[in-house]
Order: sequence, then structure tokens, then C-alpha cells
Amino acid sequence: MGITAELFINALIAGILLGGFYAAVTVGISISFGILDIVNIAHPAFIILGSYIAYIMNVTFGIDPIVASIVVLPAFYALGAAVYELYYQSFEKHGQEALRGLAFFFGLLFITEVLLILVFGVDYRYVNSAYTDHTLHFDAFDIPLRMLIPCIVALLMVGLLLIYLARTFIGRAIMAVSQDQLALQLMGVNPVSIKRIAFGISIASASIAGALLIVIQPVEPSVGREYIGRIFAICVLGGLQSLPGMVIAAMLLGIVESITATFYGPSWAPAVSFGLLLLTLAFRPAGLLGR
Amino acid sequence: MRSPAFFLVSFAVGLVVFVLARMLDNDYLFFAGYTVLQYIVLATGWNILGGYTGYVNFGSAAFFALGAYSTVVLHKAFPMPIPVLMLVGGIVSGLVGFGMGYLTLRLRGAFFSIATLALAVVLQTLIVNWDFVGGSRGAYIIRPHHLEIFDYEIGYIQYLFFTMMVLAVLSLTVARMVERSRLGYGFATIRDDEVAAEACGVPTLKLKLIATTLCGALMGMAGAPFPYYIGYLQPSSAFGLEYAVNAIAMPMIGGATSWVGPLIGAVLLGTLQQVATVTISSAVNLLIVGLLLTGFVIIAPNGILGLFHKYFRGKTDFVGRRRIDRIGP
Repeated sequence: MGITAELFINALIAGILLGGFYAAVTVGISISFGILDIVNIAHPAFIILGSYIAYIMNVTFGIDPIVASIVVLPAFYALGAAVYELYYQSFEKHGQEALRGLAFFFGLLFITEVLLILVFGVDYRYVNSAYTDHTLHFDAFDIPLRMLIPCIVALLMVGLLLIYLARTFIGRAIMAVSQDQLALQLMGVNPVSIKRIAFGISIASASIAGALLIVIQPVEPSVGREYIGRIFAICVLGGLQSLPGMVIAAMLLGIVESITATFYGPSWAPAVSFGLLLLTLAFRPAGLLGR
Repeated sequence: MRSPAFFLVSFAVGLVVFVLARMLDNDYLFFAGYTVLQYIVLATGWNILGGYTGYVNFGSAAFFALGAYSTVVLHKAFPMPIPVLMLVGGIVSGLVGFGMGYLTLRLRGAFFSIATLALAVVLQTLIVNWDFVGGSRGAYIIRPHHLEIFDYEIGYIQYLFFTMMVLAVLSLTVARMVERSRLGYGFATIRDDEVAAEACGVPTLKLKLIATTLCGALMGMAGAPFPYYIGYLQPSSAFGLEYAVNAIAMPMIGGATSWVGPLIGAVLLGTLQQVATVTISSAVNLLIVGLLLTGFVIIAPNGILGLFHKYFRGKTDFVGRRRIDRIGP
């Protein structure tokens, strides 16, 4: 009995830490899919790209992966803005985003994955940093720094984005663009440039999320696929536009996955997110904190 | 042309191809040809839901694998001839398609696409954890060397090729029939403007469920003979991303509004991939597919058919009789 309770609490802690990381992975999709209504299924591919860039900088220059990901933020922002521009000019402008836009992002996901396979092969890559091998011990509970630091960085990032969206002019304009594009236009703001900024931010978040991913686990190009179901499940469960809801949903999924992995084996974990997604879609499509 | 006549004519064309291939007497031709035919069925299945109805299915690999694994299960329990296996695979995948549609199609279209994507991951998890069908180790299916029909010996791969050809002809006939029926016009109204269609009394949910079921069933049927073709089926090969991407790329490149589009796309892209796999490498050939898909959706939104119509009629947004200028709400 004692061992089971201990196991359970350890699984719970691991789940919360994992959930924090999931929040970092999902925040990008919350912005692009939840707020901008752009179904960017290529987001996991950008995350893996972030992982590999952190890996390269870590191996060649010995920079900490998380610092490295912050250094390349502007590049990811520019990439996101460019992708949005292409998407807008080719699809959104003509109202063709439903079918062709989806196919476009799917193609992007596929191209990125295959390119990474061609360049790096399918071997697992991992990074070295000061904290990867340390673990904090409290009585019976272990908190590996490898999980704790990504969780803290992730929550910091989401918190900063939340403040940005609520307090700054552009942040408020981004929230407004999701509600009424025409009204925004009447206020003298160009919705397209606001969306470009927002999409840039969403892809920039993938850089940090990618670095966190490679700190937590070794990465190979097709790992991203497992995250497609997860991030959309979290985003929908959280209520699309609500970042606090998204964080709660991420924690929930992390805990459920961690408990499933502890008691039934890790090979069952990927099925959890999908079950959760289907249940949400069937019973509460508005999500936890949805309007 | 009426549907039975169309079926007979395309069957005759297929038969000519089959006889020509037999005269060349090269087994590789049958192996390569089988893959192309399989893609014709997958692309046509995808197109009924994607091209006609406007709902994007990313889970083609899942439906394909469901068909393949129902064959593995039956092979272990009680072996049956390939056409029966196809039927069973079609029923299983069709039912799953129906269930997916029922859960997600009442919401915005994007939810359906995401759910299909997640379905592939989850079904793969289930299969990996199911020891009866081999789990992650995979399952061996011993393929007979040949088959005797009326004292006439025929190589087994030729038999597989022949059954897949019949299925391809059948699925093209179904697609063409749907396209020209009340059902097809109903699908087109959903694609062009679902809210308006609903307001005009089109039973959209019912039609969408018919489309997902048809789409799933065709893909399952395409997957059913696969274990006999490959000989050794493992989850990662049955759920390969190349099926999902090809099933989308082929209709989009060929032209998604008519049954001809997936056929053109599958024949062109399928052949190209066979050539690229042999001459370059299989990773590069997947890259080519991805690049072609994104290139075509950006530059030639209506695929090769669209280019064709543009060239001959000087009209940009007409393919056949239908406007496909705006898709979705």
C-alpha cells in the first residue's frame, strides 16, 4: 500500500512537470489555431526543428540548449512571419484555407521531417548541459532537474505571453483579431500584419519548446508526430483561446499520461491524448475554460 | 457513358495492361504496378471525402492499416480468399470511418482532420500493444508461390495485381457514379458552402457520414491484400506516413474535383516514386512528394486538371461543371 501511494505521488509529480512542458509545446498552437484560426498542423515539425538547432549549437559551441533557443528566437519569428505571408497570399486571401491550406501545412510537416531525416538520419540525438544528470531528492520523492527546469521555463514563457497578450497594444490587437477582424480594421489596424506578428510569435515559441524537448528526451525527426494529437487535444480541452485553460489542460494530460505510463506501461501513453480529445469533442467541444 | 459500361470499358483497359505485363514476363512490373493500383484506390477514397465534400482526412494510413490488420487477424483465425478479405477490411475501416465522422463532423471541419491525424497514432499504439497480431515485432504472412485457376498456373503476385486492378476499376466506377448522382451534388454543396446547404435542406450530417464511410471502406479494401503483398507486416510499415501524404498529394496534384484527378495523380506520382525509389533513395522520393504537394497547392490550386481546363478554355476556376472557387464556410 505504501509503495503504491509513493509510486502514485511520484507519478503525479512527474505528470505535473510533464504538463508544464506540454504547455510550452501547445502555446504556439493555442495562438495559431485557437486565436488566429490557422490550423497549423506543421507546428510539431517546427518544434523538432528547434530541437535540432539547439542540438547543433550545443554540440558545436557548447551553449546551453535553452539559451541557444532564446538566441535563435528572432530567426524563428522571421520564419513564422514568412510562412504566414506565403499562407496568406496563397490561401487565406482567396478563402481557400480549408482544403488547400490544410494540405499546405501537411506538406510542410512532411518536408521538414524528411529533410531532417536526410540531414541527420534517424538516430536519436541528445544534449549535454549542467543540469541533465542531477536529481533533487525529498524523502521518497525525486524531482529530476531535467524535468523541473523545462517546466519552469515553460511556465515562465506562457506567463510572459499571457501578460503580453493582455497588457500591450499589439497583444490586445491579436486577441481582437480573433473576435472581429472588421472592427479591428475600422480601428485603423491592419489585421493581416497583426496576424503575421502573432504567427511569428507562435513559431518562435516552437524554438524554446524544441529546446525543452531535447533536454527532456532524446529526439529523432519523427518524434514530432506523437505531439500532433497531444497539442491539439490540449488546445481543444483548454478551450481554444484561453491560455490559462490550456495550462490546466496540459497539466491534466501530463498527469493522466504519467499515471498511465506508471501503472500500465509507457507504450500506452500516446493513446491517452486521443481518448481525451475524442471525449472532449464529444461532450464539451467548448473546452474547460472556453467561452 | 453509363456506369456498367464505364466499368466494363475500364476493366477492359486494365485487362489489356495485365496481359501486356504478362507478355513482358517481369515480376517486378507486377510489384511496382500493384503499388500504383493501390494508390489509385487510396487516392480515389480520399477524394470522395476530400475533393467532393471538402473534408481533409489525414488518417489514410490508419484506415489502410486497419484493412491490413483485419487480414492478419483473419489469416491467423481462418484464412480466406483475397476478395473476401477485401470485403472484411472494407467493412471494418468503413465502420471506423463512420464512428470518427459521427464524433467529430458536427463541429468545424478542422476538428475532423485533427482527429483523423490522432486516430493514426492511437490505432498504432493499440496494434503495437496487441500481441495476437504480432505487436511491435510484426507478423509474418507466408504468401503462396502461385495459384492454380482451372489448371492454369498464375504467379501469386500476378493474382494480387489482378485483384487490386479490379478494386481500382471498381473504386473509379463508384467515384464517377457518386460524382454524377444526387449524392455527389449534395457533397458539392457541403464543400462550397455548408451553412447555405444546411439552410436549403440538404441533410449535411447524413451526407458527410456517407462520405466518411465510403472513404474509410475504400482505404480499408486497399489495405486488405497488403500483408500478402509485403509478406511481413509491422506497425511502422502499415501506418507509414507515406500513405497519408500520398493519399492527399495524388488527388491534389491530379485535380480534386473529378474522378480523373486521383487517377492522373496516382499514376504519375506512383510511377515517379517507383522510379525514384530505384534510382535515388526512398527518403528523397518522399521529399519529392512533399515538395510537389506544397508546390501544386500554391501554384496550381486545381491540379493538373485545372491547368488543363485553364489552357483549353481560358477559365481559371472551372473544372468540369463545378465552381471550386470557395471551399468551406
